[in-house]
Amino acid sequence: MFPTPIEKRSRAAQITYQSLLPLALILWLLPLIAVMLFSIRPFSDFGAGNYWGMPSSFEFFTNYGRVFFESDMPRYLMNSVLITVPTVVGAVALSCMTGFALGIYRFRGNLLIFFMFIAGNFVPFQILMVPVRDLTVNMGLYDTKLGLVLFHIAFQTGFCTLFMRNFIRALPYELIEAARVEGVAEWRIFWFVVLPLMRPAIAALAVLVFTFIWNDYFWALVLTQGPGAQPVTAGITSFNSQYVAQYHLMSAGSIVAAIPPVAIFFLMQKHFIAGLTLGAVK
Amino acid sequence: MTDTSRDTATWMQRNRMTVTPILFLLPGLLFFTVYVIIPIFQSFQISLYDWDGLGAATYVGLENYRELGTDRNFEISLWNNVRWLALYLLAIPMGLFIALFLNQTVVGIRLYKSLFFFPFVLSQVVVGLVFSWFYLPREGLLNAVLQFFGLGTVNILGDPDLATYGIIAAGLWPQTAYCMILYLTGLNAVDPEQVEAGRLDGAKGWKMLWYVILPQLKPATFIAFVVTIIGALRSFDLISVMTNGGPFGSTRVLSFYMFEQALGEYGFRMGYGSAIAVVLFLIMLVFIGYFLWQMWRDERAARHG
Repeated sequence: MFPTPIEKRSRAAQITYQSLLPLALILWLLPLIAVMLFSIRPFSDFGAGNYWGMPSSFEFFTNYGRVFFESDMPRYLMNSVLITVPTVVGAVALSCMTGFALGIYRFRGNLLIFFMFIAGNFVPFQILMVPVRDLTVNMGLYDTKLGLVLFHIAFQTGFCTLFMRNFIRALPYELIEAARVEGVAEWRIFWFVVLPLMRPAIAALAVLVFTFIWNDYFWALVLTQGPGAQPVTAGITSFNSQYVAQYHLMSAGSIVAAIPPVAIFFLMQKHFIAGLTLGAVK
Repeated sequence: MTDTSRDTATWMQRNRMTVTPILFLLPGLLFFTVYVIIPIFQSFQISLYDWDGLGAATYVGLENYRELGTDRNFEISLWNNVRWLALYLLAIPMGLFIALFLNQTVVGIRLYKSLFFFPFVLSQVVVGLVFSWFYLPREGLLNAVLQFFGLGTVNILGDPDLATYGIIAAGLWPQTAYCMILYLTGLNAVDPEQVEAGRLDGAKGWKMLWYVILPQLKPATFIAFVVTIIGALRSFDLISVMTNGGPFGSTRVLSFYMFEQALGEYGFRMGYGSAIAVVLFLIMLVFIGYFLWQMWRDERAARHG
């Protein structure tokens, strides 16, 4: 193990390390801690210039209550859910299939198609922006959740295919050959042999795509405009212009907007990290 | 069963190794082509037109690109992209440093690792908001700390010379967390025997890191480079949230300037915007080409090795 395990070092080193850990963490999360502290203060504190002293009262419930009951925030959150969940399902389903095709079969153009998916996944969004917006407007899907979902599924398929194909490549190929010798139809091999083995990959991708899509801002800006379809990342800016300079509400609002992916991350950490490393770093 | 159906069955049977992959690829490929591949070419085409997105488009040839050559804002954006690229790469050594710091087995270390990684899970919009409040001249914690140490206040996002660096610092926060997790996973897989062998040869500290550990972390470093470079060139959300390109347009980057031209409040210049997008795309293509070449080499090595 590198660096040298701390338990093999001197007692003094161990104590220093143990006390450095929380200190470093507080420093690392300082900007976030500041926002959390803001979100439980009463408005009057800001007028009185009491930013960092003791809060004059503890207003956790008032501030978060107002975010939930007096603003469009719940609607934005609901939109985010209705955009994110179908995208996750769609992108994972499509990429299970593309990954299977590219990972199992040998045919001309296999690698070319695979690299096209990877390359497309890296392009700047701006090169797609005008045509995709045009296409969405022409389909009558501008400012709808479906318009966003369709684009997100398409774009995420690039990344998901990369992931799925590499995962399937690493499966024992003898299993598939054995099934073929038994005369099992190809689609049955996909459904009964390969798919059950892909469960960890599906979990990892689902968690990852959920976070990516929930946090998307650019496409929300390009393809939607009102509380009817806007997800929470875009909604938060309208929320903030509604409560200009009311830092206690703005900070509570952004914490609420951030909670779902954070919760998913803490619940499914193992899958999340497996996904992030693209399966390339074992 | 009729004859024809038996014929199709046998045809399917004979060609199943060709037909199956095509059928499985079709839906994904269709989506991807319509929404990603074709739009790239369309953008190239639109960049040759003068178009407001609604009326008729006028063909202007390379006029849009000629205009870019004299556009001061384009130049500023390009330079800011260079700053983003150069400074964003700091996330890699910083991530490695934190990963080495956290690669221990003391009680509660798992929670520490998750909490250090945590900024990456936040959306860039939230990161942008958190940092713009952190930088506030009056209410911000940064200035409160500076004053505590007897230093003057700075208005980072209000100063055209500092604002871009302030935004990049905000971007480095989640990016460092990402690189950290890549290296933590990589460090897990480092061969303990090689480390022992290195120790017996008297390698310690920096030498051990440089000659024994880093070569084994190569896959992690490669991915860290890929995601950091792509992330740097994609920076949009933070700029939009923190400064909206200001003050005086000093924080624009190509991706943001493109959006401003094509969909911003100054009118819809789709053609000109597309020309900016094409330039950004070509810059990115250099990196994408390099990444793909690397992956292709690995792929070939895996096949023949």
